[in-house]
Amino acid sequence: MSDKDPISIQKSNKTMNAFFAFWKEMLYHLAKNKGAMIGMIIILSLIVLALIAPFIVKYGPLEQSIAQRIQKPFISDHILGTDDLGRDMFSRLLYGGRISLFIGFFSVSISLFIGTLLGLVAGYFGSWVDRIIMRIVDIMLAFPYVLLTIVIVSILGASLLNAMIAIGIGQIPSYARIIRASVLAQKEQEYVLAERLLGTGHLELMFRTILPNAIAPTIVQATLGVGNAILSSAGLSFLGLGAQPPVPEWGLMIASSRQLITSAWWVVTFPGIAILLAVLGFNLLGDALRDILDPQLRD
Amino acid sequence: MPMIRFIIKRLLLLIPTLWGILTLVFFMIALSPGDPARIMLGERASKERLIQLRKELGLNQSLSKQYILYLKRILKGDLGKSIVSQQPVINEIAQRLPATIELSFSAIVFATVMGIILGVLAATKRNSWMDQVTMTSSLIGVSMPVFWLALVFIILFSVQLNIFPTGGRIDSRLYFQPITHYLIIDGIIYWVRTGNPAYFLSVLHHLILPTIALGTIPLAIIARTTRSSMLEVLQQDYIKMARSVGIPEHKVLYRYALYNALLPVITVIGIQFGMLLSGAILTETVFAWPGIGKWIYHAIGSRDFPAVQGGILFVSLFFVLINLAVDVLYSVLNPKIRLT
Repeated sequence: MSDKDPISIQKSNKTMNAFFAFWKEMLYHLAKNKGAMIGMIIILSLIVLALIAPFIVKYGPLEQSIAQRIQKPFISDHILGTDDLGRDMFSRLLYGGRISLFIGFFSVSISLFIGTLLGLVAGYFGSWVDRIIMRIVDIMLAFPYVLLTIVIVSILGASLLNAMIAIGIGQIPSYARIIRASVLAQKEQEYVLAERLLGTGHLELMFRTILPNAIAPTIVQATLGVGNAILSSAGLSFLGLGAQPPVPEWGLMIASSRQLITSAWWVVTFPGIAILLAVLGFNLLGDALRDILDPQLRD
Repeated sequence: MPMIRFIIKRLLLLIPTLWGILTLVFFMIALSPGDPARIMLGERASKERLIQLRKELGLNQSLSKQYILYLKRILKGDLGKSIVSQQPVINEIAQRLPATIELSFSAIVFATVMGIILGVLAATKRNSWMDQVTMTSSLIGVSMPVFWLALVFIILFSVQLNIFPTGGRIDSRLYFQPITHYLIIDGIIYWVRTGNPAYFLSVLHHLILPTIALGTIPLAIIARTTRSSMLEVLQQDYIKMARSVGIPEHKVLYRYALYNALLPVITVIGIQFGMLLSGAILTETVFAWPGIGKWIYHAIGSRDFPAVQGGILFVSLFFVLINLAVDVLYSVLNPKIRLT
């Protein structure tokens, strides 16, 4: 069926309208939710700080100065102090925010893309395709997540990019399950049957008709997933399997300052607070989205 | 009868799961880029040693043959030999298992008791300050890296306040012949035998901080689950009914509501226990806790692949078995599952 076909255009417009109406309602509910607002403020501040980092820091994140080693916070122009190599903590934390945000969005994109594809195929075709895909998903879920990422990184080699890929792969099962359930519910709806009767092909049915209506439930998982990815990457870096020195990744900053806990508490404490705030922001927003999407909880 | 069928079905599901885990862990060495023997021994290793290790690991054979040999080996309970210590991996694990189990168990007991109490209090006093504080802190609890929390606890309680030791399981000055290797039990046995509580107290003193550090995140999750489950149960008709016929409120809450509300909590406790074991890699190192986690951490650092492989395999197996136990327990307690 060609795109110029009036029936087809009308149909896809209708799908798009429903899509926009959904988001409009979502924003309306978000604005009323306190947790969501705090979460969004944290996330927006993080994004803004990451963008303007080069303009507000006085020192580069990798700039070492032996004379300025282990400076206490809040007293000199190193606002948050310096680490054992005399690098400015404030600058490193801001640049670390860039890295963490990138890790979050990159990993979630991987899991969202592959997970959605798997879930869509499994849900749409059913029968043996479904059974095989879901069995693989079950096996992945049975494997403890931390260890799964460690195994994948050991196969690929220790680096930040590989850590992000491992985290992305590790999260695929949840998306596949959510999309599959959602596709199964949509598949039997009248608009899909109507489209099918018009002779629409499998690909178009899957991606243009069903997917836009089935993807909404993943939004909660994706939001929480960004936070999870930041946490997991901190863990992998802590084990020496993620970012490598001197990259100012928050988890690595904690790991490499472990010997300083008796002498310089701030070098260990601040990166953890940064992780906490970032993850908290995404968790608050994700929880709020779940409450909004689940009408049982919304009274 | 349906329950037995459920358990059998669940046990059969174990086979593909274990096979999947075995295969994935196999590829850890087989597919790692470069020559694994070279990576493990370092650039300066002698040629003879390299050839010997390749032979030991079966790397000179085809991938499919390696895979079959590997499966045969694992099924016989042979997890290979550590490159660093030259000891069988299974022995290394057995030596360290008690330390890991002792800590995980103590953390999950702490998290369960505190989590359920806080969750119930939050649910019964919904929207009170208690509820707000519990929910806010549990949200913060799930948002932080556990190894960082452990470090902050050490900075605060060990370095600054000097209340707890920074690491280890017992004061190194106390000479102690372990019997069960679960030092808490050993401490009690010793106390009973000799009337000297010093060992027990030292073990307890070392256990408290890691327990709280490890237990805090599961505590947060258990409290959240208990609260929402309790709120759901309290809206059910049978609770309204119980209240309307004049059954005292404490009996309604703790006798009728709590029992049913705990069902989903049991699943969460099981999952969290598994998480604690697999997360031990991140936490034991911080507390210099001589368990499996710290051992795997060092094995990763020294590229001792057979040790990492064996350790991960073992912990995953443990994780899968805990999940199985939780599922079975859940089906025993919840008749609704049994019948479907």
